[in-house]
Amino acid sequence: MKEAKERFLNGLFRENPTLVLMLGMCPTLAVTTSAVNGVGMGLTTTAVLVLSNALISMLRNIIPDKVRIPAFIVVIATFVTVVELLLEGFLPALYDALGIYIPLIVVNCIILGRAEAYASKAAVIPSIFDGFGMGLGFTLALTCIGSIRELIGMGEVFGYRVMPASYVPFSIFVLAPGAFFVLAILTAIQNKVKIAGEKKGKDMSRIQSGCGSDCTSCTGCGGDSGKGEA
Amino acid sequence: MDVKELLMIAIGSSLVSNVVLSQFLGLCPFLGVSRKTETAVGMGAAVIFVITLASAVTGTIYEYVLKPFDITFLQTIVFILVIAALVQFVEMFLKKFMVGLYQSLGVYLPLITTNCAVLGVALNNVKYEYNVLTGIVNGFATAVGFAIAIVILAGIREKIEYNDIPRSFQGMPIVLITAGLMAIAFFGFAGLL
Repeated sequence: MKEAKERFLNGLFRENPTLVLMLGMCPTLAVTTSAVNGVGMGLTTTAVLVLSNALISMLRNIIPDKVRIPAFIVVIATFVTVVELLLEGFLPALYDALGIYIPLIVVNCIILGRAEAYASKAAVIPSIFDGFGMGLGFTLALTCIGSIRELIGMGEVFGYRVMPASYVPFSIFVLAPGAFFVLAILTAIQNKVKIAGEKKGKDMSRIQSGCGSDCTSCTGCGGDSGKGEA
Repeated sequence: MDVKELLMIAIGSSLVSNVVLSQFLGLCPFLGVSRKTETAVGMGAAVIFVITLASAVTGTIYEYVLKPFDITFLQTIVFILVIAALVQFVEMFLKKFMVGLYQSLGVYLPLITTNCAVLGVALNNVKYEYNVLTGIVNGFATAVGFAIAIVILAGIREKIEYNDIPRSFQGMPIVLITAGLMAIAFFGFAGLL
């Protein structure tokens, strides 16, 4: 149980996939026009992540190493399709709001990354909690970004008016450029923390800035998947 | 299907609703491979090549396999596997028969499998009910939009390199702000349609 708890907190804070590792940028920027959308996308991804982590961990001794990446992709795509159909049936409003970004969960680096880095090597229970932690960490980050954009762009959070009536919203923040600006400020704050930490002599190497380094790890996945299929 | 409609689709998906700057697809290579203009051009060319090919293949499969058998709900699974296999096949084909092109595009090809723009275009083609031909035009235009955006960003980043940027904004933050300003600039194209 201790390990499960450790995995959970690790995903939520220490290795938060969005704010610390900078993974899964596309949905992060695209759907966070409001806090509600952020929560919806986050929880949808969490569901897929938990299910795929669980199944991949169960199958870890059966899937041959050479074709593991295509196998992971099939597992993930299956769960994404299941979740998509459920959303369409039971939460049509959220389904319309997230649109094409629901099927695109398949190519979210976080999910394939967790499958490759953790679930394919660990027992089922810790894998499930790893998925929960990472998924909720992702949800937390999306909700944060969504709330900031909604607050500045519309003067509301979760649809409730917070700003005084005299506040004129900067509508650019709910449009595409606002997403880039909010993320830029968040990464700048993260850099600031990192610089301050390094001055005190703490090890800050865990915090990465920017997508570049992670793309190379994604490249690895892509390359491997290719080799698996060839 | 007349030429005017195709032209509208082309302008729409390359400039007005630019794939990176307004749909946020393919952000990873956009931010990751835009350090130099040269590599950005290479990446852009590879993306144009793969996306055009992928929209042709996925469009055909959707129209002639998934639809007749009434299994369109499998589109996500089928598309992602087709794209992964296609990229691999293109890589092997170029390596064997077109060595020159492989040497200039080869390094970018594996990167593209994980580029969500490819899957995004395939899904968009289905969503807007494009047929195979319009799907190909849409795919090509979207990819051209990606190439334009990444080359412009790389050009700006080369200039930024020599500027005096506050320390916490160095690296990714300033690039994101640049991308945000580019997104504002691309709003201007909305008047074209």
